[in-house]
Amino acid sequence: MSALPGWRQLPIGAVNLVPGSSVSYKTGEWRSLRPEIDQEKCIRCRTCWMYCPEGSIIEVDEPYKTKAGREYKVTYKIDYDHCKGCGICANECPVKAISMVEEVI
Amino acid sequence: MGKVVPLGGNYAVAYAVKACDVDVMTAYPISPQTTIVERLSEFVANGELDAEFLHVESEHTALSVAIGAAAVGARAYSATCSQGLALMNELLYIMSAMRLPMVLTIVNRALSAPINIWNDHSDFMSVQDAGWVMMMSASNQEAYDEVIIGYRIAEDPRVLLPVITSMDGYIQSHVVEPVEVESDEDVLSFAPKRRTWYVLDPDKPVAMGSVGDPNYYYEFKRQQWEAMKEARQVFDEVVVDFAKKFGRRYSAIETYMLDDAEVAIVGMGSFMGTIKAYVDRARKEGIKVGALRVKLYRPFPADDVAKALSNVKLVGVMDRALVPGSPTGGHLHSDVIAAIKQRGLDVRTIGFIAGLGGRLLTMDNVKQMVSALIKYKDARELPKEPIFIGVRE
Repeated sequence: MSALPGWRQLPIGAVNLVPGSSVSYKTGEWRSLRPEIDQEKCIRCRTCWMYCPEGSIIEVDEPYKTKAGREYKVTYKIDYDHCKGCGICANECPVKAISMVEEVI
Repeated sequence: MGKVVPLGGNYAVAYAVKACDVDVMTAYPISPQTTIVERLSEFVANGELDAEFLHVESEHTALSVAIGAAAVGARAYSATCSQGLALMNELLYIMSAMRLPMVLTIVNRALSAPINIWNDHSDFMSVQDAGWVMMMSASNQEAYDEVIIGYRIAEDPRVLLPVITSMDGYIQSHVVEPVEVESDEDVLSFAPKRRTWYVLDPDKPVAMGSVGDPNYYYEFKRQQWEAMKEARQVFDEVVVDFAKKFGRRYSAIETYMLDDAEVAIVGMGSFMGTIKAYVDRARKEGIKVGALRVKLYRPFPADDVAKALSNVKLVGVMDRALVPGSPTGGHLHSDVIAAIKQRGLDVRTIGFIAGLGGRLLTMDNVKQMVSALIKYKDARELPKEPIFIGVRE
Protein backbone atom coordinates (compact mmCIF):
# COMPACT_ATOMS: atom_id res chain seq x y z
CA MET A 1 0.00 0.00 0.00
CA SER A 2 2.78 2.44 0.84
CA ALA A 3 3.96 2.38 -2.79
CA LEU A 4 0.67 3.79 -4.09
CA PRO A 5 0.60 7.54 -4.88
CA GLY A 6 -1.12 9.98 -2.53
CA TRP A 7 -4.00 12.24 -3.58
CA ARG A 8 -1.68 15.11 -4.43
CA GLN A 9 0.30 12.94 -6.86
CA LEU A 10 -2.66 11.50 -8.77
CA PRO A 11 -3.98 13.30 -11.87
CA ILE A 12 -7.32 14.98 -11.06
CA GLY A 13 -10.65 13.48 -12.02
CA ALA A 14 -9.24 9.93 -12.11
CA VAL A 15 -7.92 10.68 -15.60
CA ASN A 16 -5.58 7.93 -16.78
CA LEU A 17 -2.61 9.51 -18.51
CA VAL A 18 -1.36 6.16 -19.84
CA PRO A 19 -4.23 4.68 -21.82
CA GLY A 20 -3.86 1.02 -22.76
CA SER A 21 -2.15 0.34 -19.46
CA SER A 22 -4.79 -1.88 -17.90
CA VAL A 23 -2.38 -4.86 -18.03
CA SER A 24 -0.48 -3.19 -15.21
CA TYR A 25 -3.59 -3.49 -13.06
CA LYS A 26 -3.20 -6.78 -11.25
CA THR A 27 -6.78 -7.99 -11.02
CA GLY A 28 -5.51 -11.30 -9.62
CA GLU A 29 -5.85 -9.67 -6.18
CA TRP A 30 -9.61 -10.07 -6.46
CA ARG A 31 -9.41 -13.87 -6.57
CA SER A 32 -10.75 -16.06 -3.80
CA LEU A 33 -10.59 -19.34 -5.76
CA ARG A 34 -7.55 -20.25 -7.84
CA PRO A 35 -7.91 -22.42 -10.98
CA GLU A 36 -5.34 -25.20 -11.23
CA ILE A 37 -4.86 -27.24 -14.40
CA ASP A 38 -4.17 -30.95 -14.08
CA GLN A 39 -1.73 -31.39 -16.97
CA GLU A 40 -2.35 -35.16 -16.96
CA LYS A 41 -6.08 -34.73 -17.61
CA CYS A 42 -5.85 -31.74 -19.98
CA ILE A 43 -6.46 -32.66 -23.64
CA ARG A 44 -5.23 -29.30 -25.03
CA CYS A 45 -8.61 -28.53 -26.60
CA ARG A 46 -8.24 -24.76 -25.99
CA THR A 47 -11.81 -24.43 -24.66
CA CYS A 48 -10.63 -22.65 -21.49
CA TRP A 49 -8.45 -20.31 -23.55
CA MET A 50 -11.50 -19.33 -25.64
CA TYR A 51 -13.87 -18.83 -22.74
CA CYS A 52 -11.60 -16.95 -20.34
CA PRO A 53 -13.05 -13.39 -20.21
CA GLU A 54 -9.74 -11.94 -19.05
CA GLY A 55 -7.32 -13.61 -21.45
CA SER A 56 -5.66 -15.21 -18.48
CA ILE A 57 -5.17 -18.68 -19.98
CA ILE A 58 -1.76 -18.74 -21.62
CA GLU A 59 -0.70 -21.20 -24.27
CA VAL A 60 2.99 -21.96 -23.81
CA ASP A 61 5.31 -23.76 -26.27
CA GLU A 62 6.29 -26.33 -23.70
CA PRO A 63 6.09 -30.01 -24.59
CA TYR A 64 4.38 -32.35 -22.13
CA LYS A 65 4.24 -36.13 -22.00
CA THR A 66 1.53 -37.76 -19.88
CA LYS A 67 2.19 -40.84 -17.74
CA ALA A 68 0.11 -42.80 -20.23
CA GLY A 69 2.59 -41.73 -22.90
CA ARG A 70 0.58 -39.14 -24.80
CA GLU A 71 2.71 -36.24 -26.08
CA TYR A 72 1.60 -32.64 -26.43
CA LYS A 73 3.55 -29.76 -27.99
CA VAL A 74 1.92 -27.13 -25.82
CA THR A 75 0.99 -26.57 -22.21
CA TYR A 76 -1.76 -24.32 -20.82
CA LYS A 77 -0.92 -22.14 -17.87
CA ILE A 78 -2.72 -19.43 -15.95
CA ASP A 79 -1.76 -15.78 -15.65
CA TYR A 80 -2.34 -15.47 -11.91
CA ASP A 81 -1.58 -11.71 -12.01
CA HIS A 82 -4.82 -11.13 -13.86
CA CYS A 83 -7.03 -14.21 -13.30
CA LYS A 84 -9.97 -13.07 -11.14
CA GLY A 85 -10.91 -16.63 -10.25
CA CYS A 86 -14.32 -16.55 -11.92
CA GLY A 87 -14.23 -20.30 -12.58
CA ILE A 88 -15.57 -20.15 -16.12
CA CYS A 89 -12.59 -22.21 -17.34
CA ALA A 90 -13.26 -24.96 -14.79
CA ASN A 91 -16.94 -24.94 -15.66
CA GLU A 92 -16.32 -25.20 -19.40
CA CYS A 93 -13.48 -27.76 -19.36
CA PRO A 94 -14.89 -30.87 -21.11
CA VAL A 95 -12.63 -33.28 -19.18
CA LYS A 96 -12.79 -31.53 -15.78
CA ALA A 97 -9.04 -30.94 -15.79
CA ILE A 98 -9.37 -27.57 -13.97
CA SER A 99 -10.17 -27.43 -10.30
CA MET A 100 -10.87 -24.32 -8.24
CA VAL A 101 -8.74 -24.26 -5.12
CA GLU A 102 -9.32 -21.89 -2.22
CA GLU A 103 -6.76 -19.10 -1.92
CA VAL A 104 -5.24 -19.06 1.53
CA ILE A 105 -3.18 -16.14 2.76
CA MET B 1 -20.91 49.99 -19.89
CA GLY B 2 -23.51 47.52 -21.08
CA LYS B 3 -26.91 48.19 -22.51
CA VAL B 4 -29.87 48.15 -20.14
CA VAL B 5 -32.59 45.88 -21.51
CA PRO B 6 -35.88 44.83 -19.90
CA LEU B 7 -35.53 41.05 -19.51
CA GLY B 8 -37.12 38.16 -17.69
CA GLY B 9 -34.59 36.07 -15.79
CA ASN B 10 -34.64 33.29 -18.36
CA TYR B 11 -33.88 35.59 -21.28
CA ALA B 12 -31.22 37.35 -19.23
CA VAL B 13 -29.49 34.01 -18.68
CA ALA B 14 -29.81 33.14 -22.37
CA TYR B 15 -28.02 36.39 -23.28
CA ALA B 16 -25.23 35.60 -20.83
CA VAL B 17 -24.79 32.09 -22.26
CA LYS B 18 -24.67 33.51 -25.78
CA ALA B 19 -22.06 36.08 -24.75
CA CYS B 20 -19.94 33.29 -23.23
CA ASP B 21 -19.80 31.77 -26.73
CA VAL B 22 -20.88 28.35 -25.52
CA ASP B 23 -19.98 25.49 -27.91
CA VAL B 24 -22.49 22.81 -26.95
CA MET B 25 -25.92 23.23 -25.38
CA THR B 26 -28.13 20.32 -24.47
CA ALA B 27 -31.49 20.49 -22.84
CA TYR B 28 -34.89 19.00 -22.39
CA PRO B 29 -37.72 21.48 -21.85
CA ILE B 30 -39.18 21.83 -18.36
CA SER B 31 -41.12 24.72 -16.84
CA PRO B 32 -40.09 27.25 -15.71
CA GLN B 33 -36.70 26.76 -17.38
CA THR B 34 -37.87 26.21 -20.94
CA THR B 35 -37.52 29.74 -22.27
CA ILE B 36 -33.79 29.79 -21.53
CA VAL B 37 -33.03 27.05 -24.00
CA GLU B 38 -35.84 28.14 -26.30
CA ARG B 39 -34.13 31.52 -26.66
CA LEU B 40 -30.74 29.84 -27.07
CA SER B 41 -32.06 27.60 -29.83
CA GLU B 42 -33.28 30.77 -31.58
CA PHE B 43 -29.80 32.28 -31.29
CA VAL B 44 -28.37 29.17 -32.95
CA ALA B 45 -31.10 29.01 -35.60
CA ASN B 46 -30.70 32.64 -36.67
CA GLY B 47 -26.93 32.48 -36.73
CA GLU B 48 -26.29 34.75 -33.74
CA LEU B 49 -24.51 31.94 -31.92
CA ASP B 50 -22.23 29.37 -33.54
CA ALA B 51 -22.91 26.35 -31.35
CA GLU B 52 -24.32 22.85 -31.36
CA PHE B 53 -27.79 22.74 -29.86
CA LEU B 54 -28.67 19.13 -29.09
CA HIS B 55 -32.28 18.13 -28.54
CA VAL B 56 -32.10 15.13 -26.27
CA GLU B 57 -34.72 12.70 -25.04
CA SER B 58 -34.25 13.34 -21.32
CA GLU B 59 -32.34 15.38 -18.79
CA HIS B 60 -30.28 12.29 -18.02
CA THR B 61 -29.04 12.43 -21.60
CA ALA B 62 -28.73 16.21 -21.55
CA LEU B 63 -26.07 16.03 -18.86
CA SER B 64 -24.48 12.91 -20.37
CA VAL B 65 -23.97 14.84 -23.60
CA ALA B 66 -22.62 17.84 -21.71
CA ILE B 67 -20.09 15.56 -20.00
CA GLY B 68 -19.02 14.25 -23.40
CA ALA B 69 -18.78 17.77 -24.79
CA ALA B 70 -16.69 18.99 -21.87
CA ALA B 71 -14.50 15.89 -22.18
CA VAL B 72 -13.45 16.95 -25.67
CA GLY B 73 -12.81 20.51 -24.51
CA ALA B 74 -16.06 22.24 -25.43
CA ARG B 75 -17.68 24.95 -23.32
CA ALA B 76 -20.94 23.25 -22.37
CA TYR B 77 -24.22 24.58 -21.01
CA SER B 78 -27.55 23.20 -19.90
CA ALA B 79 -30.53 24.36 -17.86
CA THR B 80 -33.15 22.44 -15.95
CA CYS B 81 -35.14 22.24 -12.73
CA SER B 82 -37.24 20.05 -10.47
CA GLN B 83 -37.92 16.59 -11.93
CA GLY B 84 -35.42 17.26 -14.70
CA LEU B 85 -32.69 17.89 -12.16
CA ALA B 86 -33.72 14.77 -10.27
CA LEU B 87 -33.36 12.75 -13.46
CA MET B 88 -29.87 14.23 -13.97
CA ASN B 89 -28.82 13.22 -10.49
CA GLU B 90 -26.35 10.39 -11.16
CA LEU B 91 -24.60 12.39 -13.88
CA LEU B 92 -24.18 15.36 -11.54
CA TYR B 93 -21.91 13.29 -9.31
CA ILE B 94 -20.04 11.86 -12.30
CA MET B 95 -19.32 15.23 -13.88
CA SER B 96 -17.98 16.86 -10.73
CA ALA B 97 -15.82 13.84 -9.90
CA MET B 98 -14.46 13.76 -13.45
CA ARG B 99 -13.56 17.43 -12.85
CA LEU B 100 -15.15 18.65 -16.06
CA PRO B 101 -16.30 22.28 -16.12
CA MET B 102 -19.66 23.54 -17.34
CA VAL B 103 -22.44 25.86 -16.22
CA LEU B 104 -25.90 24.47 -15.45
CA THR B 105 -28.72 26.84 -14.60
CA ILE B 106 -31.44 25.67 -12.24
CA VAL B 107 -34.66 27.67 -12.31
CA ASN B 108 -35.76 26.65 -8.84
CA ARG B 109 -39.01 24.70 -8.77
CA ALA B 110 -40.67 22.35 -6.31
CA LEU B 111 -40.24 18.60 -6.58
CA SER B 112 -43.34 16.43 -7.02
CA ALA B 113 -45.60 15.15 -5.46
CA PRO B 114 -48.08 16.72 -5.66
CA ILE B 115 -47.20 17.95 -9.14
CA ASN B 116 -46.20 21.56 -8.79
CA ILE B 117 -44.40 23.75 -11.29
CA TRP B 118 -43.99 26.69 -8.93
CA ASN B 119 -41.04 27.97 -7.01
CA ASP B 120 -39.27 26.65 -3.96
CA HIS B 121 -35.74 25.37 -3.34
CA SER B 122 -36.34 21.63 -3.04
CA ASP B 123 -34.66 20.86 -6.39
CA PHE B 124 -31.62 23.07 -5.76
CA MET B 125 -31.13 21.77 -2.23
CA SER B 126 -31.48 18.15 -3.30
CA VAL B 127 -28.17 18.35 -5.19
CA GLN B 128 -26.13 20.03 -2.45
CA ASP B 129 -23.99 16.89 -2.06
CA ALA B 130 -23.18 16.44 -5.76
CA GLY B 131 -19.85 18.25 -5.67
CA TRP B 132 -20.86 21.22 -7.81
CA VAL B 133 -20.15 24.85 -7.03
CA MET B 134 -23.62 26.30 -6.34
CA MET B 135 -24.83 29.89 -6.44
CA MET B 136 -28.30 31.33 -6.03
CA SER B 137 -29.20 34.75 -7.37
CA ALA B 138 -31.82 37.18 -6.11
CA SER B 139 -32.30 39.40 -9.18
CA ASN B 140 -32.31 38.93 -12.94
CA GLN B 141 -29.12 40.97 -13.23
CA GLU B 142 -27.47 38.63 -10.77
CA ALA B 143 -28.79 35.58 -12.65
CA TYR B 144 -27.18 37.01 -15.81
CA ASP B 145 -23.90 37.77 -14.07
CA GLU B 146 -23.72 34.36 -12.37
CA VAL B 147 -23.35 32.60 -15.73
CA ILE B 148 -20.33 34.71 -16.66
CA ILE B 149 -18.80 34.39 -13.20
CA GLY B 150 -19.65 30.67 -13.32
CA TYR B 151 -17.51 29.91 -16.37
CA ARG B 152 -14.57 31.76 -14.87
CA ILE B 153 -14.77 29.67 -11.70
CA ALA B 154 -15.51 26.36 -13.44
CA GLU B 155 -12.62 26.62 -15.90
CA ASP B 156 -10.07 27.98 -13.46
CA PRO B 157 -7.25 25.39 -13.40
CA ARG B 158 -7.26 25.51 -9.59
CA VAL B 159 -10.93 24.51 -9.51
CA LEU B 160 -12.15 22.52 -12.54
CA LEU B 161 -15.59 21.81 -11.19
CA PRO B 162 -18.99 22.25 -12.81
CA VAL B 163 -21.03 25.20 -11.57
CA ILE B 164 -24.75 25.52 -10.85
CA THR B 165 -26.25 28.98 -11.19
CA SER B 166 -29.84 29.49 -10.16
CA MET B 167 -32.79 31.78 -9.85
CA ASP B 168 -36.29 31.45 -8.49
CA GLY B 169 -38.84 30.08 -10.94
CA TYR B 170 -41.42 32.63 -12.17
CA ILE B 171 -40.53 35.19 -9.48
CA GLN B 172 -37.34 35.83 -11.47
CA SER B 173 -37.53 33.67 -14.57
CA HIS B 174 -40.74 35.21 -15.92
CA VAL B 175 -40.68 38.67 -14.33
CA VAL B 176 -39.12 41.45 -16.37
CA GLU B 177 -36.48 43.61 -14.74
CA PRO B 178 -33.94 46.03 -16.18
CA VAL B 179 -30.79 44.02 -16.90
CA GLU B 180 -27.50 45.48 -18.01
CA VAL B 181 -26.42 43.29 -20.91
CA GLU B 182 -22.71 43.47 -21.63
CA SER B 183 -21.17 43.19 -25.08
CA ASP B 184 -20.09 39.73 -26.23
CA GLU B 185 -16.51 41.04 -26.53
CA ASP B 186 -16.43 42.29 -22.94
CA VAL B 187 -17.91 39.08 -21.60
CA LEU B 188 -15.49 36.87 -23.53
CA SER B 189 -12.50 38.96 -22.49
CA PHE B 190 -13.62 38.47 -18.87
CA ALA B 191 -14.32 34.75 -19.28
CA PRO B 192 -12.07 33.65 -22.17
CA LYS B 193 -12.33 30.08 -23.40
CA ARG B 194 -9.29 28.24 -22.15
CA ARG B 195 -8.92 24.50 -22.23
CA THR B 196 -7.48 24.22 -18.77
CA TRP B 197 -8.56 20.64 -18.17
CA TYR B 198 -7.68 17.18 -19.49
CA VAL B 199 -9.45 16.61 -22.81
CA LEU B 200 -9.83 13.65 -25.13
CA ASP B 201 -7.34 14.35 -27.89
CA PRO B 202 -5.98 11.69 -30.30
CA ASP B 203 -2.59 13.42 -30.31
CA LYS B 204 -2.33 13.32 -26.54
CA PRO B 205 -4.44 10.35 -25.47
CA VAL B 206 -5.84 9.95 -21.98
CA ALA B 207 -8.50 7.60 -20.63
CA MET B 208 -11.47 9.03 -18.75
CA GLY B 209 -14.15 7.43 -16.63
CA SER B 210 -12.02 4.55 -15.45
CA VAL B 211 -12.56 2.42 -12.36
CA GLY B 212 -11.35 3.71 -9.00
CA ASP B 213 -11.09 0.65 -6.82
CA PRO B 214 -10.71 0.75 -3.02
CA ASN B 215 -7.01 1.55 -3.51
CA TYR B 216 -7.80 4.75 -5.45
CA TYR B 217 -11.41 6.04 -5.13
CA TYR B 218 -10.82 7.75 -1.78
CA GLU B 219 -7.87 9.79 -3.08
CA PHE B 220 -10.05 11.32 -5.83
CA LYS B 221 -12.72 12.29 -3.30
CA ARG B 222 -10.00 13.90 -1.21
CA GLN B 223 -9.04 15.95 -4.29
CA GLN B 224 -12.64 17.13 -4.66
CA TRP B 225 -12.63 18.48 -1.12
CA GLU B 226 -9.54 20.51 -1.98
CA ALA B 227 -11.06 21.73 -5.25
CA MET B 228 -14.02 23.15 -3.32
CA LYS B 229 -11.65 25.01 -1.01
CA GLU B 230 -9.93 26.44 -4.07
CA ALA B 231 -13.33 27.34 -5.52
CA ARG B 232 -13.98 29.64 -2.58
CA GLN B 233 -10.67 31.40 -3.09
CA VAL B 234 -11.30 31.71 -6.81
CA PHE B 235 -14.88 32.95 -6.25
CA ASP B 236 -13.53 35.79 -4.13
CA GLU B 237 -10.98 36.73 -6.80
CA VAL B 238 -13.45 36.49 -9.67
CA VAL B 239 -16.09 38.71 -8.05
CA VAL B 240 -13.45 41.38 -7.46
CA ASP B 241 -12.39 41.17 -11.13
CA PHE B 242 -16.03 41.25 -12.15
CA ALA B 243 -16.64 44.43 -10.15
CA LYS B 244 -13.61 46.06 -11.78
CA LYS B 245 -14.77 45.11 -15.24
CA PHE B 246 -18.52 45.58 -15.01
CA GLY B 247 -19.06 47.62 -11.85
CA ARG B 248 -21.33 45.13 -10.08
CA ARG B 249 -20.01 43.75 -6.83
CA TYR B 250 -21.02 40.37 -5.45
CA SER B 251 -19.91 38.42 -2.42
CA ALA B 252 -20.58 34.98 -0.95
CA ILE B 253 -23.10 36.48 1.46
CA GLU B 254 -25.10 39.70 1.41
CA THR B 255 -25.77 41.29 4.78
CA TYR B 256 -28.46 43.85 5.53
CA MET B 257 -28.70 45.92 8.70
CA LEU B 258 -26.77 43.30 10.65
CA ASP B 259 -24.27 45.52 12.47
CA ASP B 260 -26.46 46.26 15.50
CA ALA B 261 -29.09 43.57 14.94
CA GLU B 262 -30.40 41.59 17.90
CA VAL B 263 -32.30 39.20 15.68
CA ALA B 264 -31.79 38.29 12.04
CA ILE B 265 -33.33 36.26 9.24
CA VAL B 266 -31.05 34.14 7.07
CA GLY B 267 -32.27 32.89 3.71
CA MET B 268 -31.60 32.56 0.02
CA GLY B 269 -33.02 33.76 -3.27
CA SER B 270 -35.70 36.22 -4.25
CA PHE B 271 -37.64 36.16 -0.96
CA MET B 272 -34.80 38.10 0.59
CA GLY B 273 -36.11 41.20 -1.21
CA THR B 274 -39.38 40.96 0.72
CA ILE B 275 -37.47 40.32 3.93
CA LYS B 276 -35.25 43.37 3.42
CA ALA B 277 -38.34 45.48 2.76
CA TYR B 278 -39.82 44.25 6.03
CA VAL B 279 -36.55 44.93 7.85
CA ASP B 280 -36.84 48.56 6.70
CA ARG B 281 -40.37 48.73 8.08
CA ALA B 282 -39.44 47.07 11.38
CA ARG B 283 -36.42 49.32 11.83
CA LYS B 284 -38.73 52.35 11.67
CA GLU B 285 -40.60 50.80 14.57
CA GLY B 286 -37.34 50.45 16.47
CA ILE B 287 -36.96 46.67 16.09
CA LYS B 288 -33.30 45.74 15.72
CA VAL B 289 -33.62 43.16 12.98
CA GLY B 290 -31.23 42.38 10.15
CA ALA B 291 -30.99 39.95 7.25
CA LEU B 292 -28.39 37.75 5.64
CA ARG B 293 -28.64 36.26 2.17
CA VAL B 294 -26.46 33.30 1.25
CA LYS B 295 -25.49 33.61 -2.41
CA LEU B 296 -22.69 31.05 -2.61
CA TYR B 297 -24.13 27.83 -1.22
CA ARG B 298 -21.38 25.34 -2.17
CA PRO B 299 -18.67 25.81 -1.03
CA PHE B 300 -20.62 27.06 1.99
CA PRO B 301 -19.24 30.39 3.23
CA ALA B 302 -19.14 29.19 6.82
CA ASP B 303 -16.60 31.76 8.07
CA ASP B 304 -18.53 34.64 6.54
CA VAL B 305 -21.88 33.47 7.88
CA ALA B 306 -20.57 32.83 11.39
CA LYS B 307 -18.72 36.15 11.53
CA ALA B 308 -21.69 38.14 10.24
CA LEU B 309 -24.00 36.57 12.82
CA SER B 310 -21.55 36.55 15.74
CA ASN B 311 -23.26 39.40 17.63
CA VAL B 312 -26.85 38.43 16.87
CA LYS B 313 -28.85 37.09 19.80
CA LEU B 314 -31.20 34.87 17.85
CA VAL B 315 -31.09 33.91 14.20
CA GLY B 316 -34.06 32.62 12.24
CA VAL B 317 -33.04 30.54 9.26
CA MET B 318 -35.62 30.34 6.50
CA ASP B 319 -35.56 27.18 4.43
CA ARG B 320 -37.61 26.90 1.26
CA ALA B 321 -37.32 23.13 1.12
CA LEU B 322 -38.43 20.72 3.82
CA VAL B 323 -36.32 17.76 4.91
CA PRO B 324 -38.82 15.60 6.78
CA GLY B 325 -37.19 13.89 9.72
CA SER B 326 -33.99 15.90 9.84
CA PRO B 327 -33.08 17.63 13.13
CA THR B 328 -33.81 21.10 11.74
CA GLY B 329 -36.13 20.36 8.82
CA GLY B 330 -34.04 22.48 6.49
CA HIS B 331 -30.69 22.24 4.69
CA LEU B 332 -29.70 25.87 5.19
CA HIS B 333 -30.56 25.83 8.89
CA SER B 334 -28.34 22.77 9.43
CA ASP B 335 -25.47 24.45 7.57
CA VAL B 336 -25.82 27.68 9.52
CA ILE B 337 -25.82 25.83 12.85
CA ALA B 338 -22.72 23.87 11.79
CA ALA B 339 -20.92 27.06 10.76
CA ILE B 340 -21.71 28.73 14.11
CA LYS B 341 -20.90 25.74 16.33
CA GLN B 342 -17.67 24.80 14.54
CA ARG B 343 -16.40 28.26 15.36
CA GLY B 344 -17.42 28.00 19.00
CA LEU B 345 -19.88 30.90 18.82
CA ASP B 346 -22.80 31.21 21.19
CA VAL B 347 -25.41 32.24 18.64
CA ARG B 348 -28.78 30.56 18.89
CA THR B 349 -31.02 29.70 15.97
CA ILE B 350 -34.58 28.75 15.17
CA GLY B 351 -35.85 27.43 11.84
CA PHE B 352 -38.57 28.68 9.54
CA ILE B 353 -40.05 26.80 6.63
CA ALA B 354 -41.66 29.07 4.06
CA GLY B 355 -42.73 29.34 0.47
CA LEU B 356 -43.08 25.68 -0.44
CA GLY B 357 -44.49 24.91 -3.87
CA GLY B 358 -44.89 28.54 -4.87
CA ARG B 359 -46.62 29.72 -1.69
CA LEU B 360 -45.81 33.42 -1.66
CA LEU B 361 -44.17 35.24 1.20
CA THR B 362 -46.16 38.24 2.35
CA MET B 363 -45.04 41.08 4.59
CA ASP B 364 -47.33 39.59 7.24
CA ASN B 365 -45.44 36.29 6.95
CA VAL B 366 -42.14 38.09 7.57
CA LYS B 367 -43.77 39.89 10.49
CA GLN B 368 -44.63 36.46 11.96
CA MET B 369 -40.99 35.44 11.67
CA VAL B 370 -39.75 38.61 13.34
CA SER B 371 -42.38 38.26 16.07
CA ALA B 372 -41.21 34.70 16.73
CA LEU B 373 -37.60 35.89 16.90
CA ILE B 374 -38.52 38.57 19.43
CA LYS B 375 -40.58 36.09 21.45
CA TYR B 376 -37.71 33.58 21.70
CA LYS B 377 -34.86 36.11 21.85
CA ASP B 378 -34.39 35.71 25.60
CA ALA B 379 -36.22 32.42 26.06
CA ARG B 380 -34.39 29.55 27.75
CA GLU B 381 -35.99 26.90 25.57
CA LEU B 382 -36.10 27.18 21.81
CA PRO B 383 -38.43 25.26 19.49
CA LYS B 384 -36.89 21.97 18.37
CA GLU B 385 -38.98 21.89 15.22
CA PRO B 386 -39.16 24.39 12.39
CA ILE B 387 -41.88 27.03 12.56
CA PHE B 388 -44.07 26.63 9.49
CA ILE B 389 -44.80 30.06 8.04
CA GLY B 390 -47.86 30.55 5.84
CA VAL B 391 -49.30 27.05 6.09
CA ARG B 392 -53.01 26.56 6.83
CA GLU B 393 -53.67 24.80 10.11
